[in-house]
Amino acid sequence: MSVAFVDLDHVKLRYGGNADAPLALDETSMKIDKGEFVAVVGPSGCGKSSLLKLVSGLMPPSEGNVIVNDREVSGPLKIVGMAFQNPTLLPWRTTLDNVLLPLEIVEPYRGRMRGERKAFEEKAMQLLAKVGLGGFERKFPWELSGGMQQRASLCRSLIHEPDLLMLDEPFGALDAFTREELWDILQGLWMERPFTVILVTHDLREAVYLADTIYVMSNRPGKILLRQQNPLPRPRDQETTFRQDFIDLVHALKNQIRVVRSTSSEGGQS
Amino acid sequence: MSRRFQYSPWVASIGLFVVWEILVRGLNVPSYVLPTPSASFVAAWVFRDAIWMHAVQTLLTTLGGFAIAVVFGVVLGSLVGSSRAIYSAANPILIGFNSVPKVALVPILVMWFGIGTVPAVLTAFLISFFPIVVNVATGLATLEPELRDVLRSLGASRLDVLLKVGFPRSLPFFFASLKVAVTLAFVGSVMSETVASNVGMGYLMMSASSKFNMPLVFAGLLVIAAMGVAMYGVFSAIELRSTRWATRGSPTA
Repeated sequence: MSVAFVDLDHVKLRYGGNADAPLALDETSMKIDKGEFVAVVGPSGCGKSSLLKLVSGLMPPSEGNVIVNDREVSGPLKIVGMAFQNPTLLPWRTTLDNVLLPLEIVEPYRGRMRGERKAFEEKAMQLLAKVGLGGFERKFPWELSGGMQQRASLCRSLIHEPDLLMLDEPFGALDAFTREELWDILQGLWMERPFTVILVTHDLREAVYLADTIYVMSNRPGKILLRQQNPLPRPRDQETTFRQDFIDLVHALKNQIRVVRSTSSEGGQS
Repeated sequence: MSRRFQYSPWVASIGLFVVWEILVRGLNVPSYVLPTPSASFVAAWVFRDAIWMHAVQTLLTTLGGFAIAVVFGVVLGSLVGSSRAIYSAANPILIGFNSVPKVALVPILVMWFGIGTVPAVLTAFLISFFPIVVNVATGLATLEPELRDVLRSLGASRLDVLLKVGFPRSLPFFFASLKVAVTLAFVGSVMSETVASNVGMGYLMMSASSKFNMPLVFAGLLVIAAMGVAMYGVFSAIELRSTRWATRGSPTA
């Protein structure tokens, strides 16, 4: 097997940076291949978001190494796209201009923005059309529904064709129908041009629907308890969610989480 | 929707003058205590040339001080808002300075620059920059951490974050502060003219009151108030045009 694209090797992360500060992440190791779709599930506050910040270089590890693309991460990576539960679109920019924002910052697009703006706009429009936002390019984010804003946010995180996509509970605030629609959209984009995804979620069905590999994390300090391969065939669709093997996998993960929660609440005060 | 309330400011203002007129006449208040608004308007007409000259002086003085306040306020507000270190260092000094009554500074300014226009411009500046600093700094400092992460994960520099997000995002705060600051600037310039000048509305009212010409004093007050309302309106209109996104396109605010 080739070298992992993302490699966390016995990583610890402390709050604040003092040697005796409480641990957010403890002894976390992960190996993620290029193009792999990974979901990280766990109880809220278990350090899932800290994990994303480590991998994207927004936070340095207190101990251990984070290696992405054969290089040790020492500062913000430029090959990353991010989307959060909150769409964080800029209200003074149209949807199209919001999607174009990364191209105004990331090289080599940044230098070519002036000359090739038309081409970039075309590319953004195509992406928006793919997620079902065709015709909404000139609308402002506050004129869109929550689900549409999240679609636009997804486009913004992918427009610069990042090798690594970080998703921090991106569908957490949406209603069930919209959420499952966006699962399909995300799966479609990923199957078209496979990029590496780390999806943080507390929705087990979401993890099983989307991911190749599912990591279960313990309560604070966060620790990887379980690595679960997901053998379900792709493309998965709404029918998949009613298959017995889908339900069994969700069920098994649910039991794991229950064990995690009960053991950690005993020692939770330490 | 807003058309229904289109005339309400006029009705309220004219109503105020009518009530004032009725009360003064009905209670027989002598003119040297409180003149009627009609007497004040007459005085404003009689002394229109002098008022025009002094009003222009005050307006230019105020706008001069206000312009310095905008430049200074934006620069200082950007520094304070984008760095926690500068924020904690500058905060007590700014609050302390803002607590000093600016009228107490006029004699100092007069010692340095003599009486007249310069201390009035500077007083207008000193009294009006504080809200601009606070609002620009607030707009920059309340940037959502997730948005910062999105940009930093793209490799954006601090300057990128400031230009792409910080400044546009703090524009509504900035314009809100301009409306407050421009009216404060009038307070500053007129105050300084009252204490130490021989030109401007402050001086005009001072000399009128020493001649017991109370209608002219009140005419002066009304002219200053009118200039303040007009300037507030100008900046309100600019705010509405440039930050439509912040009011979500609604016609109020």
